Amino acid sequence: MLTIKDLSNEIAGKPILKGLSLSIGAGEIHAIMGPNGAGKSTLAYTLGGRPGYEVTGGSVDFDGQDLLAMAPHERAAAGLFLGFQYPVEIPGVSNVQFLREALNAQRGARGEAPLSGGEFLRLAKEKAGLLRMDMEMLKRPVNVGFSGGEKKRAEMVQMGILDPKLAILDETDSGLDIDALRICGEGINAIMRKPDKAVLLITHYQRLLDYVKPDFVHVLAGGRIVKSGGPELALQLEEQGYEAVAA
Amino acid sequence: MTLAVLPTRKDEAYRYADLAALETLWPLAAERIAVPAGTSGALAVVADGGAAQAREIEIVLGDGAEYDLRLLNAGRAYGRLAVKVTLGKGARFHLGAAQLGGGDQTLEIVTEVVHAQPDATSRQVVRSVLAGKATGTYLGRVVVERGAVGTDGEQSIRAMLLDRTATANARPELEIYADDVKCAHGCAVGELDAQGLFYLQSRGLPPAEAKKLMLQAFIAEAFVGAPDEDALTEAALAALGDLL
Repeated sequence: MLTIKDLSNEIAGKPILKGLSLSIGAGEIHAIMGPNGAGKSTLAYTLGGRPGYEVTGGSVDFDGQDLLAMAPHERAAAGLFLGFQYPVEIPGVSNVQFLREALNAQRGARGEAPLSGGEFLRLAKEKAGLLRMDMEMLKRPVNVGFSGGEKKRAEMVQMGILDPKLAILDETDSGLDIDALRICGEGINAIMRKPDKAVLLITHYQRLLDYVKPDFVHVLAGGRIVKSGGPELALQLEEQGYEAVAA
Repeated sequence: MTLAVLPTRKDEAYRYADLAALETLWPLAAERIAVPAGTSGALAVVADGGAAQAREIEIVLGDGAEYDLRLLNAGRAYGRLAVKVTLGKGARFHLGAAQLGGGDQTLEIVTEVVHAQPDATSRQVVRSVLAGKATGTYLGRVVVERGAVGTDGEQSIRAMLLDRTATANARPELEIYADDVKCAHGCAVGELDAQGLFYLQSRGLPPAEAKKLMLQAFIAEAFVGAPDEDALTEAALAALGDLL
């Protein structure tokens, strides 16, 4: 589904990713762990197409398409979802309005008919229920006044509504209490653990992986994948630390 | 307020005006509205279309009167909306105004709110969206006359520049001759939040739609609570669509 080859990039002239390669197949869940400053969030933003993240080398193939040639909204329509570490507040714009417009823009780009207001609300209600989020919250402005945990749950509701093929989740577990962590973990499984979908989890800790069991774990350090393994690698990292394992 | 001869740039209220366009409209006849004591009224002024226009509106509120004025300054040529309001004892005045312009046009909203008697309240919310080489100006004077104690005046002025070549002028001004008054103003000129734009686009909204959604919320602040909020918002959105 996603094939990253020798990806390098710069932010304001400073190299961050230095020849990163990674392949993710349909039905797989991958976790990327790594020390602060390794380039984990940079990888997520680069795949999402954030301005200022300049690709200087390599390629990214997403289901047969050149991902790097696409604008951010085109990547979304192609089935990519980026879960933000710090979801952005948009005052004055309700979640419901924003998500309906976003979903219908994606559907339009794929040649599908738009959802009516009623159809959309039914869908939103179902997905909000998965994350135990009150529909009243979705009528409020995007992320404004939401706690850290509510923002992350709202991200997962967005993911459920937009129904992507590939979700890149950047530290979805940060800022979550124990209950919210479990709810988010179960939400990710319910929405994304399917034979035709895939997930790339970016995390510092093993705890999210207790709920969302990865098939593969990678260590990102110095802008490259320095070690890959199965779920046991995450446990080993938690016990021994990055320096010992990645050295 | 109405001048017989064409003003010059030395007249503060015309400092940023498009004088060439103004000359074709001169002299202006002020529209006068009297709101009797204890009554309430509302007016929505929409300046749109392709012709230059300048309007002067004078409103006098009697004791305890209330007035809700909304302005949408969104034509495709010079547009000037000037309002002078005089408040009686305990009167309440609310202004919500938006102006949207592009190209090389000049848009102006000029207000003078006179608290002539005690205990009156005035609220002004002005939102400007400017693209291209457009200039958008808000000049807002609040005068609190001697004896007008208990005055409560507030101005909230914000402008959004869609291009670095656009200009926003914002000048809130207070002239206070009484004690025990409360007057506040907030003023900001900025650009659309790049992080917010990327966030919306990452969910599938094309850039123009993402901008429109953010600006819609910005402009809505001027029309919230208006008797014809929906119609005003729709007209503003149409103007916004032309701009993007």
